[in-house]
Amino acid sequence: MSTESGEHGAGKVLLEMRGLRIEGQSDEKWQEIVHGIDLTLRRGEVLGLIGESGAGKSTIGIASMGFARPGCRISGGSIVFDGIDLTTASEDTKRKIRGARIAYVAQSAAASFNPAHKLIDQYSETPIQHGILKAEEAEQNAKDLYRRLRLPDPDKIGYRYPHQVSGGQLQRAMTAMAMACKPDLIIFDEPTTALDVTTQIEVLAAIKDVVRQSNTAAIYITHDLAVVAQMADRIMVLRYGDLIEEGDAREMLANPKQDYTRQLLAVRTYKKADAATQTEAPLLEVKNLSAAYANTVMVLDDINLRVPRGRTVAIVGESGSGKSTLARAITGLLPPLAGSVLINGEPLPASYKARSREQLRHLQMIYQMPDTALNPRHKVRDVIGRPLSFYLGMTGEARERRTQELLEMIELTGEFADRYPGELSGGQKQRVCIARALAANPAIIICDEVTSALDQLVAEEILKLLQRLQDELGVTYLFITHDLATVKAIADEIVVMLQGRVVEQGEKQTILTPPHHEYTDLLLSSVPEMDPDWLDSLLERRKAGQ
Amino acid sequence: MVAQRLALGLLTLFVVSLIIFLGVELLPGDLAEAILGQSATPETVAAFRRELKLDLPPHERYIAWLADILRGDLGRSLANQREISELVGVRFANTLFLAAVAAIISVPLAVTLGVLAALYRNSFYDRAVNVVTLSSISFPEFFVAYILILFLAVQAGIFPSISNVSPDLDFWDRVYRVILPALTLTLVVVAHMMRMTRASIINLLASPYIEMANLKGLSRMRIVVHHALPNALAPIINVIVINLAYLVVGVVIVEVVFVYPGLGQLFIDSVIRRDIPVVQASCLIFAGTYILLNLTADVLSILSNPRLLHPK
Amino acid sequence: MNDVMKLLRSAPPSALFGMLVIVSYIFVATFGPLLTPYGESEIVGAEFLAWGDEGFVLGTDNLGRDMMTRLIYGARNTIGIAFITTCLAFLIGGVFGLLATTVGGWVDQLLGRIVDVLMAIPTLIFALLILTILGTSIPVLIVVIAVLDSTRVFRLARAVSMNVVVLDFVEAARLRGEGIWWIIGREVLPNSMPPLVAEFGLRFCFVFLFISALSFLGLGLQPPTADWGSMVRDNATLITYGDITPLLPAAAIALLTVGVNFVVDWFLHKTSGLRDEH
Repeated sequence: MSTESGEHGAGKVLLEMRGLRIEGQSDEKWQEIVHGIDLTLRRGEVLGLIGESGAGKSTIGIASMGFARPGCRISGGSIVFDGIDLTTASEDTKRKIRGARIAYVAQSAAASFNPAHKLIDQYSETPIQHGILKAEEAEQNAKDLYRRLRLPDPDKIGYRYPHQVSGGQLQRAMTAMAMACKPDLIIFDEPTTALDVTTQIEVLAAIKDVVRQSNTAAIYITHDLAVVAQMADRIMVLRYGDLIEEGDAREMLANPKQDYTRQLLAVRTYKKADAATQTEAPLLEVKNLSAAYANTVMVLDDINLRVPRGRTVAIVGESGSGKSTLARAITGLLPPLAGSVLINGEPLPASYKARSREQLRHLQMIYQMPDTALNPRHKVRDVIGRPLSFYLGMTGEARERRTQELLEMIELTGEFADRYPGELSGGQKQRVCIARALAANPAIIICDEVTSALDQLVAEEILKLLQRLQDELGVTYLFITHDLATVKAIADEIVVMLQGRVVEQGEKQTILTPPHHEYTDLLLSSVPEMDPDWLDSLLERRKAGQ
Repeated sequence: MVAQRLALGLLTLFVVSLIIFLGVELLPGDLAEAILGQSATPETVAAFRRELKLDLPPHERYIAWLADILRGDLGRSLANQREISELVGVRFANTLFLAAVAAIISVPLAVTLGVLAALYRNSFYDRAVNVVTLSSISFPEFFVAYILILFLAVQAGIFPSISNVSPDLDFWDRVYRVILPALTLTLVVVAHMMRMTRASIINLLASPYIEMANLKGLSRMRIVVHHALPNALAPIINVIVINLAYLVVGVVIVEVVFVYPGLGQLFIDSVIRRDIPVVQASCLIFAGTYILLNLTADVLSILSNPRLLHPK
Repeated sequence: MNDVMKLLRSAPPSALFGMLVIVSYIFVATFGPLLTPYGESEIVGAEFLAWGDEGFVLGTDNLGRDMMTRLIYGARNTIGIAFITTCLAFLIGGVFGLLATTVGGWVDQLLGRIVDVLMAIPTLIFALLILTILGTSIPVLIVVIAVLDSTRVFRLARAVSMNVVVLDFVEAARLRGEGIWWIIGREVLPNSMPPLVAEFGLRFCFVFLFISALSFLGLGLQPPTADWGSMVRDNATLITYGDITPLLPAAAIALLTVGVNFVVDWFLHKTSGLRDEH
């Protein structure tokens, strides 16, 4: 038996793509987005497709069913599934294969379930419609799978509606639904990308178990190399529709052959040098801040915070921790119910509407999504120029000169001034946002998840830029993020938040070395690492610890 | 949530009645004199003012007016001194009859055509239907009416060009006379409804859970009937009721062209003759029906939303 | 120039037809008086002369006026008034709609409630009620219809700008300390344009049809002003004799509305980004 795929024992070739070409349509024109990919998958094997946005991984994954989304079409090559060429097969043949022999697990479970029907009905539908099982058998299988996937209350949860169940639970229910007909192949399309790091562990473990036990082949699509390291036997690295590298998972992680692969692996290893402790008066102070949205519970409860000059304080937490709300409270968009915000010792009015222009100038914000943070109708010159004229009264040549200086600082050439945001890449847009914040000469810049929406390599560049600006200009940052790798990269001090409260805060080294607060421990240990055995050993540790 | 909408509807009705009432208050000059003319004696004018309750202060008059209406007393027509409630009763029934005939023909037709157009999007059928309905909603109602009269009444002689309907006619006779006006209304309303239905179904078919159903290998029929339709109920019901409300307005022009004895025609006549009490009463009835239908649309939308049907 | 040619070539025949119609109508409306042989209300012959009789290409109407002349003047009157009314409706509805979403809070609630009430009464009924009271002079007509129609524009402007106002760059502008009118004019409006432009076309059609309907009922533009709606009414009796003359002004109305609708439909299709299935 060939040992190519490790423990699962090499099966026969299940799926073979040769020279696959796919075209995408934009503005009535077709352009090739996948340029001749070859892919081989054997029974029982898990193949990881990894790449940044635009790599084509999702498009290739879904093409293995012979399916192309509206706006895409398969323009060349062959897709042979168990002897059937899906590029030439009839619609009816393809329809019979989908759901029954190849199943798909989408990125967003909430959107993929029909809000009008119960979960268990949507499970049973596939086997019933394909004529494989009867209703009672299907429902029994459903409950069994729900149990194996560790869903709470597995006998009853199926009778709920999608909106009555949480995100992580829905994702597992979708995995169960995909397994209903015991397919030969399941395609997992970024199944945990939208989940919190702590929820992700559960789902990853559940998927891994169930796939192993039923010896199903799987294609696991993600942008996160650490995650794919846990799940896949073999990995294919993709970039802009081309194959960069392919091979056994452990091999590739230990010895990457291509530069691009090396870069992907190196992400998360950038760390900032530890700085000496600061003793002078803090630039930004938050005292006993509490806030709530109308009609709801306290979103922030008695927060205390200090940001020293020229340093980066990172606020880390998962969804619902209140970290973004904290930013809104500090900037005055959500006036706090109690407590105060001080800059250089001077208290700021609670609502931004009551603040003077100078006070507003001191606090600048950079947003998460560069696409929505820039007005598509304003040129870069106007975006950067507006704070210059609005706050600093600069006009004409002086303003133009300063704009050019700022462009240089964010590592863009002068010609970018005449471009519109639509002509820039995600990373370039975020740089413009940084320049916009810098233009005001603020006291402190609040970075709200500024790298979360960017590809990993691009995100790394942005972090390096932010650090450089701090080194050269002494810029102070309040950095909000959910990603611990980012925190390790740029923080001097860390504040850990959970459900509106500060759980732990202090110098970076202090927080990152044990002993930790229980939640910090959970958070730190849930971050996937490049080690393929990481997930298994974590689960062992947690089970033993219970 | 439903109770909230009902309360809001009732409030709107009150505000509307206030507007209708106040509108008249804005009339310059003295109403009684304006109506009776300059030759009337002061006693006649005084008696008239008392009759119309013009000697009371505005807010008391409003309350009195409202109280009368709730009792069913809509006042008297200035033109012929008849009880408005009598006049309006028969006319309103006729209008409802016309609207009902139009609705029965147009609703199933429009929904079917719309769903088919959405399913066979961009096919020749869809494109043809798009052009035809776009033209149809562009035509003024009187244009459609006269064309129908020209071809079906004058030239082909199949239907009468004037639809005088009286209470003594039997049911099928009425239907016969009402066909042309109903057809006119149908042609306009079907176009609107069809386009709106098509748009909502297309919107629905782009949902991720429809793609998921596709990827599960379900047949097209199953996807449409089992997955799309339950979620399409809310928008389609909304479309239908909105168009029924629109019918209420379209009825007016059609009644004038075909000289049909409905509320719309009465309304127009009263406007021309400045028979204020009749104008007010008809306005109130039309507005009330319109508000009621829109309210029903809202409530039905709420009731057919699965998230609200099964709360967490 | 090249872009315009490319654009025109990609348009479907219906849109091209529509553009042709619109251009012709604008031409006739602008240069009308130069094209007509007679005055707007000049009585030139006997009543109801047939087409071609005594040199009147389209015959005469119920008072002996030349139909052709009346049709041409009708273009200018009806289209002109409809256009002005639409502009006014847009001004009112657009400004208030954008204000409502940008300021938000109680302003939004208040404006919303007012619009709800105004829209609770069917437009035709409401308009007729007010016209009964205030009379049917042209300024009154324009203002009444504009105010009533502005409610639809308000709803659309509000819906469209609602999507823009929640975007981060608007928040960034607020935090900068920009004033309300700067935010509306420079941030929100430029990003709400395409649906508003399409809506202008649609509202124009509606207003145009509405004015014609009112005139048809005898409650819109008053004689002797030439107006297509009232021309239909004046000559309606001819239908019973199988004469299609009254259909001419009606067809003129229909043609323009169809043309505008085709163009707007194409415009919406291009800007909505809806993907077509292959």
